[in-house]
Amino acid sequence: MTSSTQKNAAVIRQTSVSVKQPKLRRMRRGAAKATRSLGMDILLFIFLGALALFMLIPILYVVANAFKPLSEFFIFPPRPWVVHPTLENFVQLSQLLSNMWVPFSRYLFNSIVVTVSATLGNVLVASMAAYPLAMHNFRGRKLINEVIILALLFTPQVLYIPQYIVIANIGLINNYLALILPVVQTTLGTFLMVQFMQQVPLSLLEAARIDGAAEMKIWWEIVMPTVKPAWLTLMILAFQQIWAQNGNLLIYKENMKVLPAIMTQIQSGGLARAGVTSAVMFVLMIPPLVLFEFSQKAVIETMATSGIKD
Amino acid sequence: MRYEETKSSYLMMAPFLILFTVFTILPILGAIGLSFTSFDMLQPPRFIGLSNYTRLLLDDKIFMQVLKNTLIFAFVTGPLSYVLSFLLAWMINEYKPVARSIWTLIFYAPSLAGNIFFVWTLIFSGDYYAPLNGLLMWLGWIKEPIDWTGNTDYVLRVVLLVQVWLSFGAGFLAFIAGLQGIDRSLYEAGRIDGIKNRWQELWYITIPSMKPQLLFGAVMQIASSFSVSEVIKAVAGFPSRGYSADTIGTYIIDYGTVRFEMGYACTLSVVLFIIMLLTNKIIMRLLKGADND
Repeated sequence: MTSSTQKNAAVIRQTSVSVKQPKLRRMRRGAAKATRSLGMDILLFIFLGALALFMLIPILYVVANAFKPLSEFFIFPPRPWVVHPTLENFVQLSQLLSNMWVPFSRYLFNSIVVTVSATLGNVLVASMAAYPLAMHNFRGRKLINEVIILALLFTPQVLYIPQYIVIANIGLINNYLALILPVVQTTLGTFLMVQFMQQVPLSLLEAARIDGAAEMKIWWEIVMPTVKPAWLTLMILAFQQIWAQNGNLLIYKENMKVLPAIMTQIQSGGLARAGVTSAVMFVLMIPPLVLFEFSQKAVIETMATSGIKD
Repeated sequence: MRYEETKSSYLMMAPFLILFTVFTILPILGAIGLSFTSFDMLQPPRFIGLSNYTRLLLDDKIFMQVLKNTLIFAFVTGPLSYVLSFLLAWMINEYKPVARSIWTLIFYAPSLAGNIFFVWTLIFSGDYYAPLNGLLMWLGWIKEPIDWTGNTDYVLRVVLLVQVWLSFGAGFLAFIAGLQGIDRSLYEAGRIDGIKNRWQELWYITIPSMKPQLLFGAVMQIASSFSVSEVIKAVAGFPSRGYSADTIGTYIIDYGTVRFEMGYACTLSVVLFIIMLLTNKIIMRLLKGADND
């Protein structure tokens, strides 16, 4: 017990130190690491570049398709790029959407309601639970933390049908809550929060405790501002997951459906609809990419504490 | 431990614990219970003992097919993605912060951008206007367009490729973060102890220092390898021809949403849970034991 605690303490100290002093590390890097030849540098770049192309080509293809006129989909040999870029697909998309039985704005509204409330719910629920799990010392704490780590395995896809049976039985089908509540309890979120909060020095809380502040107040006013990178990260992870969920099984009333659900419908139109499909994919991929780019630093800082200690 | 603090501990955990119980624990326990029944959501479940399990092992030929596919995802693309994620993170770590963040975004983008894997259905489309067929025909490598996703010889490989494309997720980010967190003085100490090249550095210093992240990455990898389903449904069709690209995961969805045999779907789920837990146990033991010698 003591040796493992010491080891953990060392790990935590190590990560928290390095998180706080990036400048110092960077300056020392050159001196500290074994040197590498120019040849290796070039090889490394070629390897990374080739893999990066494999990653990027499909995405760039979506972008090109989104701006392709229909005629360019039917030329041989096919061109992955656009010759005469056009907004035709977006116009067609908006026509398609305005001719739908349920107005597009309704799907957008549904998506926003679900995504915003589930993301906020996830961050609040996870960080509130993480505070005692990281900082209090109560009976059952170790067990709950272990169960959470084990539950990381049980993704929504793995639980799909059993979860559907539960949701149907408590009468949440065709209800926003069916899309919200299951993702509010992501174990990954709670796990990351616990890990990050364990870094917060307990001395920070002592002063407030002496003043007799309630635990809820300490959590909200002292801990939450300190762990900002962690809840930013959680927001992004939750947002990207919830934004993409189509809720096929859970929502079948047309006016309650979310954006990815109509994307599936448009996509089933095949190659003739390839332009419009790509336009939809293009629109849907922008929010998560932009969000991530702006908060990458916070995400990396949070993931630094994600390790599972044995 | 003060009584008041324990009370507030549980109060603060209550929302999470309640939702976790309802949407994670209850489905797992429910699936175990319903796996011994015949249940179609309309009539109440009827107890049929071990029939579902004997049917699965003795009568269901397709189960063996989807089990094989599941294991291919878990033990071929899984480790490949895991090792690739780590190596890439290690290589990216050599770059300055700005370049590093660009590489990170590039590799993480496919996992990040939600449903974008749909694009592969266009790339692998079966007619000759589709990019891949067009390219191969233009090069003269094939004479006729190939129906990639409709052909039982190719479809599984297509899905495996897409899955590799989606490799760089939460584990990858954890590796990048972990590498940045390694105490640089360890490398100096290593030089004094006679470490000569970067491969030795990687093996003797970097990997042991990254153990917590490597464990986390492994759990994430196991979770994602066993939950491939949306990608298969989108790329290979649902169900794929002759179930040639289906896994236990999509097979469960088939029984649950198309045939409404919930009892059998739950049996399949329980089997999947057991395989995942066993895999997790073995992998954790392997990784944890790695540096105890």
